[in-house]
Amino acid sequence: MKIVVLLKMVPDVVEELEIAPDGKSLDTTYLRMILNDSDNHALEEALLLKERHGGKVCLLAPDAPEVDDALFAALAKGADRAVKIAGIDAAEGTRAVVARIVQALSTADLLPADLILTGAQAIDDLDGLVAPLLAQTLRWSHLSVVNQVRFDASTGVTTVTKEFPGGLRAEFEIKLPAVLGIQSAEKPPRYVPVAKVRAAMKSLQIDSTTVPIAAGMPALEIQSMAKPSAAGHAEMLEGLPEAVAGKLCDVLAAHGLL
Amino acid sequence: MATVASPHPPGAFEITLENLFSFPQGRRVLTCLQCGTCTATCPYGVGMQYPPRRIIGMLRTGQLEKVLTSDSLLSCVACYACTAKCPRGIELTTVLLPLLKEQMLLSLPEVPSELQRALENMLRYGNPMGESPRKRAAWAKTSSIPIRILPEDPRTTDVLWFVECYTSYHPRGQDTARATAKIFQALGIDFAILGNEEKCAGECVRLSGEPGLHNTLMEYNMQVFRKYKFNSIVTSCPHAYDAFRYSYRTAGFDYELRLATTFLAQHLEALRPMLRGKAGYTVTYHDSCCMGRHNGFYEEPRTLLQAIPGIKLVEMTHNRVNTICCGGGGGGMWLDTYYKAKGYERLSERRVKEAVATGADVLAVACPYEISRFEDAVKVLGYDKRMIVRDITELLVESMEGEI
Repeated sequence: MKIVVLLKMVPDVVEELEIAPDGKSLDTTYLRMILNDSDNHALEEALLLKERHGGKVCLLAPDAPEVDDALFAALAKGADRAVKIAGIDAAEGTRAVVARIVQALSTADLLPADLILTGAQAIDDLDGLVAPLLAQTLRWSHLSVVNQVRFDASTGVTTVTKEFPGGLRAEFEIKLPAVLGIQSAEKPPRYVPVAKVRAAMKSLQIDSTTVPIAAGMPALEIQSMAKPSAAGHAEMLEGLPEAVAGKLCDVLAAHGLL
Repeated sequence: MATVASPHPPGAFEITLENLFSFPQGRRVLTCLQCGTCTATCPYGVGMQYPPRRIIGMLRTGQLEKVLTSDSLLSCVACYACTAKCPRGIELTTVLLPLLKEQMLLSLPEVPSELQRALENMLRYGNPMGESPRKRAAWAKTSSIPIRILPEDPRTTDVLWFVECYTSYHPRGQDTARATAKIFQALGIDFAILGNEEKCAGECVRLSGEPGLHNTLMEYNMQVFRKYKFNSIVTSCPHAYDAFRYSYRTAGFDYELRLATTFLAQHLEALRPMLRGKAGYTVTYHDSCCMGRHNGFYEEPRTLLQAIPGIKLVEMTHNRVNTICCGGGGGGMWLDTYYKAKGYERLSERRVKEAVATGADVLAVACPYEISRFEDAVKVLGYDKRMIVRDITELLVESMEGEI
């Protein structure tokens, strides 16, 4: 089974995000980039499939600060090849980025493949469009918000589990090749000891590919970016525990909750 | 009482499972009597599928695979009890178990998520909590004593104070940091900290089976040390002290090194006249495994406590070399949920029960892991009206300020 995993770096919110002076972008002075969480789950699901059925896991990621660290860690976990797309800018908009990914899949010789897995969403856009747009362009099957992928080697049937609100799950039989948006892997992303990552850095390499900007793609323009302003404030109940309990009862009673 | 400080001979950090028996410490494993003292003294020995005695037996009969694919070694809290009691002097905690844990971490189907998160945070942010490395020195702004931060003011300093993670980030650890700064200033110590350039020394990650991560942190911290001029290093954390004293030597660490507690004990004559406030309480002291069993500092903390006027020091049943681990060493700090799920009693709770049984009002500690562990245990066990947990530096400052 040949699986391509799309990975993307997103701002690490361990640092407070600051708006740049242009009012349209993030201040990158102290900004650090981290692998998008659901992309990490997509990687884990791909590695689990490889362990069960053999095959190859190839990684494709837009170039970004710290992306090499993420790719080497993924190689150390068991991925077979890593390719980064140089000169790509997330601000081009999802459609343009997807068009470039499609080209990169060819220039980096990643097709044909059985599956393309990527995170269902990324924290910096939340639009969840990469998987469906890619599937549409490639004319492949698609499902998103997936939390399990099963392949039965004897029948060749692939079953995908998708999550719905309210604790509901549905199972779909899907025709390969397919693009899947992974919400979470079957188990948490694995740990990779630092010594293995260091060994991967010494013995393996990351390929790079360049693809031209896709012409005629609708692009989004960010007009302004601002931090959310507080609409109201929480009321702090202060005093001795007995007094606070009394006030709390009053508040609950006033809202008809007692 | 014999101390069990084991100065690692050169080469001790080059031992691997493959070349184990070509080193004297490794060959000593072959002399094991299978007496079971290690298993009996191990605080979690009763819960392990393969306790230390069996592990040695299996190592000698070529059955190690079973040990490495079980999660037994996750129950090792690197408390040095087995090493201290072994009649053959086998260095389980310092040599054998870390090697096995490293292999276990590679073969475990799943690393407990708390531990995994802590290890990943340590690599990315330099602290296990996943706090911003840019906020490591934020506590210094809350100190009533001006704290010189070397990256901002790189003049030569006498003492480089290596604050460490829990003292820098944990709200109760920060109380220790502020108290330590007050005592340093009162003693006229010329000191400075590394601020946001400091990262965890990494002792616990090595003993939890991640030597690669330990080495990454060591190489980083050594580079930072070399940037500045100072006469000695004092650290608030026994785990950092241990790393500097043993493993960092292999990377060329040759600075004069002291633990904050022993450093203050050395300055006791200058400190004593400042201890004016009379304590009307009884205190019991918990020996940290790293500080006591592995480095032999049993008397210094007690000497400091007894210097506080009016204090009454009582001992727990298990003290000095027989201390019971708080459960935080060797990665145990990030395995509480895992141990609870296994049905183990939390070691911090076992220890607090013993402390309460002494009738003491205060449980005094000298390791930054212990404040939060014991305060949690005191609350969980419902003893929060009977006992408080304080770092020794906090008690000293209370007496200096007469606020008892």
